[in-house]
Amino acid sequence: MKKHAFSTRIWHWINAISLIILFMSGLNISNAHRYLYWGDYGFDKADAWLSVIRFPNWATIPGSYNLAEARDWHTIFAWPFALALLFMWIAMLMNRHFKRDLTTTRAEWKPNAVWKDIVSHAKLNFDHDPANGKYNFLQKFSYGFVLGIMLPLMIFSGLAISPGFEPAAPWMVDILGGRQSARSIHFIIAFGLLAFFVVHIALVLMTGPIKQLKDMITGGKA
Amino acid sequence: MSAPIKAKPGMKAAFNRRTALAGLAALATGACSKIAESDTGRAVAKAAEGWHRGAHRTLASRQALAREFTRAERSPTFKGNGTVRIADEAYQAALEGGFTDWKLEVRGLVDTPLSLSMDDLRSLKQRTQITRHDCVEGWSAIGEWTGPQLSDVLDMAKLQEGANFIVFRCADTLSGGEYYESVDMIDAYHPQTIIAHMLNGEPLPQKNGAPLRMRIERQLGYKHPKYLTAIEAVASFDDVLGGKGGYWEDRADYQWYAGI
Repeated sequence: MKKHAFSTRIWHWINAISLIILFMSGLNISNAHRYLYWGDYGFDKADAWLSVIRFPNWATIPGSYNLAEARDWHTIFAWPFALALLFMWIAMLMNRHFKRDLTTTRAEWKPNAVWKDIVSHAKLNFDHDPANGKYNFLQKFSYGFVLGIMLPLMIFSGLAISPGFEPAAPWMVDILGGRQSARSIHFIIAFGLLAFFVVHIALVLMTGPIKQLKDMITGGKA
Repeated sequence: MSAPIKAKPGMKAAFNRRTALAGLAALATGACSKIAESDTGRAVAKAAEGWHRGAHRTLASRQALAREFTRAERSPTFKGNGTVRIADEAYQAALEGGFTDWKLEVRGLVDTPLSLSMDDLRSLKQRTQITRHDCVEGWSAIGEWTGPQLSDVLDMAKLQEGANFIVFRCADTLSGGEYYESVDMIDAYHPQTIIAHMLNGEPLPQKNGAPLRMRIERQLGYKHPKYLTAIEAVASFDDVLGGKGGYWEDRADYQWYAGI
């Protein structure tokens, strides 16, 4: 059996490309109104809970302020991002990747066990007890959190910002606390995903990046 | 438990790769603009606009209402954006005079062209709605709008066969260009599409489009033209100013369908 299933690999790269484009075009869009609010409305910076920096051109798509073009990139790449995630969830449930590799046992949640895992990570020891499966607790937790909470919330909060979509599911806007709250949540999770991305890349770099990269392309050996 | 993985060799390769990646990223951002401005890029963007419109109208009924709020949920003020003052003398005189002589033309592919005064518009059946206005920039404001439904006005003028879009003409110019907008017949006949002459129970203030502005509630703010002077039924946008159906669409390739 391969280390990474075909469905996992194809999703991984579609997701990676989509997220990078979504993030960078999102920074361009953020530059259009650099204030975040809670609730249904918000337009006055005096009411903002956060005044966002102006993101520099090198970090945005396109590479200078252009709201119309950034919105095109953003709304187009939302499709492969959302559809690929849906496809990944179906594949992950069907090929048991989720059950086998990502679900945690009650024992793994014991504070002692979690602490041990954190300490060994801090010591840059990435080996783990094979009895718990392919991934250790921190990996399962972060992959589960990203796939199960952050990425879906990104889609839902994005949809909730759209005035054309709202009549289809007004409850989605309600759950998120109003349109401006949805916009704030969209922004916060985007940076949560950036944090995941940074740690993810750092860990790949520390654990034999060439092999890791090759395995995520060819599948590798289990 | 094995010893920590030796990081050195991998790290070295990684630094090389990082420089390469940085180069690639720079290339990619440059390439992004090229892609977006290419014919294929424009075609994909145009197609995506169609998917969004289709998806929204499939997921919710075409006549489904935008959320309406209570008076208590209104924002304390309503931001003015784009044109907030018209310097033109004729406009300023009309404003002074309470727009008694202001006329809204209804023309184009209609059997009965109309020229409606403010009193004419006020005497039609009125709709009042408290809705959220979402600007393409990201902010929102909530206000109470009152005015006749566009559908009633179009029915009075009797649309001709072949009228596919409604174009809205405005008294304001931005950077030397006439502001205008347009919608298709689905949005034109949406129950919340009204010709608003009141905001929060008062005549529209200048910054919000006095004396008349459109409300196209399921789309972003730039689709709600202000300082309305004429409503025109057309078959296509080919002969209407820049040909893309709106000021921002012509100027900067903003999406014509702005429901997202």
